[in-house]
Amino acid sequence: MSDISYEEINDKYLDVLKEIGNIGAGNATTAIANMLSMTIDMNVPMVDLTPVEKIGGMLGSEEDIIVGIMLEVSSDISGSMMFLLDMESAHHLVNRMMMRDPDYNSDFDEMDLSAIKEIGNIIAGAYLSALSGLTNLTITPSIPYVAVDMAAAILSVPAIQFGMVSDNALIIKTEIGGESAINGYFILMPEGDSYAKILQALGIPI
Amino acid sequence: MGQMIKVGMADLKVCKPPDNLTTIGLGSCIGIALYDPSTKITGLAHIMLPDSTAIRNNSNIAKFADTGIQKLYDDMIAMGANKARIVAKIAGGAKMFALSNENAASINVGEKNAQASREKLKQLGIRLLAEDCGLNFGRTVELYSEDGRYLIKAVGKEEKAI
Repeated sequence: MSDISYEEINDKYLDVLKEIGNIGAGNATTAIANMLSMTIDMNVPMVDLTPVEKIGGMLGSEEDIIVGIMLEVSSDISGSMMFLLDMESAHHLVNRMMMRDPDYNSDFDEMDLSAIKEIGNIIAGAYLSALSGLTNLTITPSIPYVAVDMAAAILSVPAIQFGMVSDNALIIKTEIGGESAINGYFILMPEGDSYAKILQALGIPI
Repeated sequence: MGQMIKVGMADLKVCKPPDNLTTIGLGSCIGIALYDPSTKITGLAHIMLPDSTAIRNNSNIAKFADTGIQKLYDDMIAMGANKARIVAKIAGGAKMFALSNENAASINVGEKNAQASREKLKQLGIRLLAEDCGLNFGRTVELYSEDGRYLIKAVGKEEKAI
């Protein structure tokens, strides 16, 4: 267990962590864009030290209904990864995958939720294999879990996981969207000493 | 006209009529509503975790069921609430994702939160009038100081008052 504090890591290694977000989210964005043969823009990743009680509101409105795909990450590093989409984007993605009318927007059925999970698998695979390739660390994702609910309720899950060990969480957040039809966020939340492991694996002395 | 005062995550607030209290998007967290019908002093806590003693970083007492409920109770007494008359209602404690892997600590934290809240209320001698806990959806709650009504809203479900 490293003694390094989240605060200290945030100061010193911001750029490295941003680069991880860049490569991971870049790969994941390309994977979805290729799958759906469309263009998706990606913003510069943000690395934030967020008090756990603020996580619920970190995407804006706490009461907005969103689709959350969550995977737990284990092996050399531990933590969670989430892909969050607004409802319109989620419908768009699913319609595209199921080759349906683009305006179809009934509630998601079991088939649709499976399709969303599959998107989660593809994205997590792309994001984490980029991170794994860069660091030579073994990173294993769990199966994806999906929830459709208020943003604050979905984000309370990682908030609680971090709340168990710290008052703050270091979050690597990348927004995709802009001009494209898909708007969402990739969020990587490594726990505890996983940051130290990533930095060490990249040959950065800590 | 009263205000709807917002209680954040790991936060607690006390009010009197005409003001009311709300907290948004309870997932596995619990919204603990305390109410004294004699003075209409009303309190709401939004706790995240069951037990402050199990955790090293526990500077925010509103984060935990044990310390959060204690503080809410103390604040209400300090404001003039009648100890013997305070009653409770709780909501939240959902399991948002069906997580199943080895990270056992995070499994069922919702149920643990509910259990810890019930225990703390019992220890303080506060009667639990009603609860709406568990299942797999988020809840937004509103607590009305005029009558202690606890309104629960969830996505795609009818509002209900307990």
